[in-house]
Amino acid sequence: MSDAAIQLTDVRKSFGRTEIIRGVNLTIPKGQRHAIIGPNGAGKTTLFNLISGRFPISSGTITVNGRNTAGLTPPQINHLGLSRSFQVTSIFPRMTVFENIRCGLLWSRGYKYSFWNLLGSQRALNEASDALLERLNLHSRRNRPAGLLSYAEQRALEIGITIAGGANVILLDEPTAGMSHSETEYAQHLIRTVSEGKTLLMVEHDMSVVFGLADVITVLVYGEVIASDAPANIRSNRAVQQAYLGEEAA
Amino acid sequence: MNPLYLLRRHWVWLAILVIMLAAPFLFYDWSRGRHSGFALTLMSEMALMAVFALSYNMLMGQAGLLSFGHAILFGIGAYFTAHTLNWVKANDIMWLPAELIPLAGGVGGLCCGIVAGYVATQQRSTAFAMITLGLGELFAAAALMFMTFFGGEGGITTNRVIHSSIFGVAYSSAWQVYCLLIAWSMFAAILMYLLTQTPLGRIANATRDNYERTQFVGYNPRVVRYWQFILAGFFAGIAGALYTLVYEIVTFDTLAAVKSANALLAAFIGGGGGFFGPILGAVVVVGLQSGVSLFTSAWLLYLGVLFIVMVMYAPGGLIGIIGLHAPIARMGRLGELMVPYLRALVPTVVGGAGFVAVVELATHRTIGAAQGKKLSLFAMPVDSSSLWPWAIAVVLAVAGALWLRAEGRQFRLRWNALIEDAKARGIGV
Amino acid sequence: MEVFVVSLLNGLVYGMLLFMLASGLTLIFSMMGVLNFAHASVYMLGAYFAYTISLYLGFWPALILAPILCGLLGAAIEMYGLRQVHRHGHIPELLFTFGLALIIEKVVQMTWGMVAVPYRIPDGLDFSLFTIYGTQFPAYRAFMLLISALMFAAIWLGLTRTRIGLIIQASLTHPDMVGALGHNVPRVFTIVFAAGTALAGLAGVIGGNYRVTEPGMAFSMGPIVFVVVVFGGLGSLTGCFIASIIMGLIQTFAVVLDYSLADLLELVGIVVTKATPGAEFLTVSLPRIGALLPFILLVLILVLRPRGLMGTRDT
Repeated sequence: MSDAAIQLTDVRKSFGRTEIIRGVNLTIPKGQRHAIIGPNGAGKTTLFNLISGRFPISSGTITVNGRNTAGLTPPQINHLGLSRSFQVTSIFPRMTVFENIRCGLLWSRGYKYSFWNLLGSQRALNEASDALLERLNLHSRRNRPAGLLSYAEQRALEIGITIAGGANVILLDEPTAGMSHSETEYAQHLIRTVSEGKTLLMVEHDMSVVFGLADVITVLVYGEVIASDAPANIRSNRAVQQAYLGEEAA
Repeated sequence: MNPLYLLRRHWVWLAILVIMLAAPFLFYDWSRGRHSGFALTLMSEMALMAVFALSYNMLMGQAGLLSFGHAILFGIGAYFTAHTLNWVKANDIMWLPAELIPLAGGVGGLCCGIVAGYVATQQRSTAFAMITLGLGELFAAAALMFMTFFGGEGGITTNRVIHSSIFGVAYSSAWQVYCLLIAWSMFAAILMYLLTQTPLGRIANATRDNYERTQFVGYNPRVVRYWQFILAGFFAGIAGALYTLVYEIVTFDTLAAVKSANALLAAFIGGGGGFFGPILGAVVVVGLQSGVSLFTSAWLLYLGVLFIVMVMYAPGGLIGIIGLHAPIARMGRLGELMVPYLRALVPTVVGGAGFVAVVELATHRTIGAAQGKKLSLFAMPVDSSSLWPWAIAVVLAVAGALWLRAEGRQFRLRWNALIEDAKARGIGV
Repeated sequence: MEVFVVSLLNGLVYGMLLFMLASGLTLIFSMMGVLNFAHASVYMLGAYFAYTISLYLGFWPALILAPILCGLLGAAIEMYGLRQVHRHGHIPELLFTFGLALIIEKVVQMTWGMVAVPYRIPDGLDFSLFTIYGTQFPAYRAFMLLISALMFAAIWLGLTRTRIGLIIQASLTHPDMVGALGHNVPRVFTIVFAAGTALAGLAGVIGGNYRVTEPGMAFSMGPIVFVVVVFGGLGSLTGCFIASIIMGLIQTFAVVLDYSLADLLELVGIVVTKATPGAEFLTVSLPRIGALLPFILLVLILVLRPRGLMGTRDT
């Protein structure tokens, strides 16, 4: 049990009368890079929202780092060591790039809601933020309002905010969506380095990224897992080919 | 630390302090060796309004919370102070010197913030605005209902001259009180500025920018906003305490909707995005309120029109407008805007004069004439019942507006060209 | 008993007046997300317009013309003001209507003076319709009920039988979907805003002479209408209707029931005197709290059930 970063047991979620997630079982061991693929409307993003606590589940259990997340709020789940990004870029647009990253760091450094520490004099914190900016290749944009960055830069910044807190379980929702080919390559490289030694769960449509990064791929179709295996096996799985890869594999 | 470096970084604070100390001397009556009471009261009102508007901006600008009931924090602070002063006087309390009396207001505002904030921060955006509106109405109505604490219509009177002081000052003269007020308002403003530099202050910004995201970096936005509300309550309470010290009477007006609206107007007109905007806004609002109201009873209309124009065309406030010029200034080409500005100024003055004339004519017909006042516009006696002044005023207003629109187009072309230039040279916009 | 029946009728009249104001506000708020602070100001303008028109043309033309003027004003506000501000976001929109409310109040004071104007009930309706338990029921109140019932029917028909009504209905529950259906959303907004303000104007025409036409009427009415809208719930005209009636009844009954907590305690044998702790609080009578009740309700509703009585989404 203790070696699973995320464990889903018969997780179900209904909106009104429609069941979107229909009994998902999934175990993601610590340190694994795991991708979820599936056609539109399969419930991938919903699954993310359930794991990160954005929506409550209808039935079943989800554990993060061995702790049941039932009844926990998103910040509480974050404190268990889980951090996520969003499909639609979600950053702090009016704050500078540097401050965006620093906001991601604050809680994990134990600052909580303190109003007696002056941030300017927290050297360790500021150095850590700058170091992360360097890694994200955003240092030249340090003092710009984040809302003025280019799309790809904003995506990179969002990944930065997500990993800044040092969470060991990272959920990325379509990190390369809407990027050009070269931007995607760079993002793939970035994801690989930042998820080093951590558990990564991502939803992704770009198959080159999925097959390039993932140790295990789970295929979700209409709220059900139809396969969960190593990339090579997924590629040759008949059910997957029929349901999803279809023409690409043919 | 190098003093020159400190000066360069904190010159704004120094400038504010110098202005506050020096301005009353512009109105000093040298022949009688006395300060002008009007000037001191005006400056005091500006200072305490600035503290109040800054406290309001801790919610609006910093945390993205629009409150319509901020005055309850101000008012409760003011009442607390009045009762504390009366209590100190009645019991001859020596351990509470006059210099620390404003803290009583702060504590009052803080307590009120703990209660009201708990209720209000359960919700966000429009619902928050409406809860604060409801709380504001509740407190104002309660103030008229419960005599013991609020004193009903008459309010609570007090006397700021108590006999304990750290510095041995009696605070019987207006100038002494003014100095105490400067000290406290500077202190409160600096504290609020420092608050923006703390983890709480930054996360408050984050909840303003993106409520949802804040949750996923580990913070509960409600808790953030609750803390922010309580602290804003403390500073609003201090502003209320300063009010009590200046006027020595607290009525239910201090916590009524108009007071809340004033804070909103000041913070917005000055500009909520940065820190210093509300100070500028407080100066403008109080200036209109106290200065312009000497000449016309329609000052609130002018304030409203100014507010609407700002909402429509300059949501960043006065500070925002100044900030927009920064890239052009950095290019050193601010001079090129001189001519376009002057050209826009002429129709603005023409149209403005026409508008003011219409407003004053109308006010005079309905209100002024009944009071038997004679109307004079721009130093000319005018008869508001004849047709000519109306015709001239309307023509001026309409012509000015049309001309300004044409001029505005020219101005925008020039402006855009300059900004494009700045962008091309890589000067951040 | 007679107090009860009379108050019931009066509460109904007041509730219908509230509904006339609140229905427009609900439509605007639900569709555009703008809490229109100037809504009660238009109500005031309606009363003043009607007063001026009735001086020259009489009450009946005013009943038609004043709401039309208000509707045109509303359309202008939406097209030249709100739309401009819309791109800055919701808070500036709210502030815009707030500033507008300030300006309208001042303009009314400038044009019609600081004190109430003698806007009276038309002679043709100034008689007593019937008498119950010795209290006369004025015909004008029955006329108000009739107008509001007609208006309610008109809204209902408009929403269910016309094309634009169906679009509006759809956007009440799913405001972001309408644009996707390929409709001219700005025009729908303008129509709704104009119709809402016209209704507010109509409420002003028949409410102004029932109550008092004075510059403070917007300020005293505005918050109560907000309470009704929130209480009824976003996106629900039925909820709004029920909330209006409840609020009308509450406010009317609070005035006539002269009791306090102290009276309640007396029933169980506790006599409150000046020395009792909290005596000041306990002896406050219901009519005095009457003005507070809507706001207590507003805060409670928003904290406990932010979607209101019958709302489909959170406020």
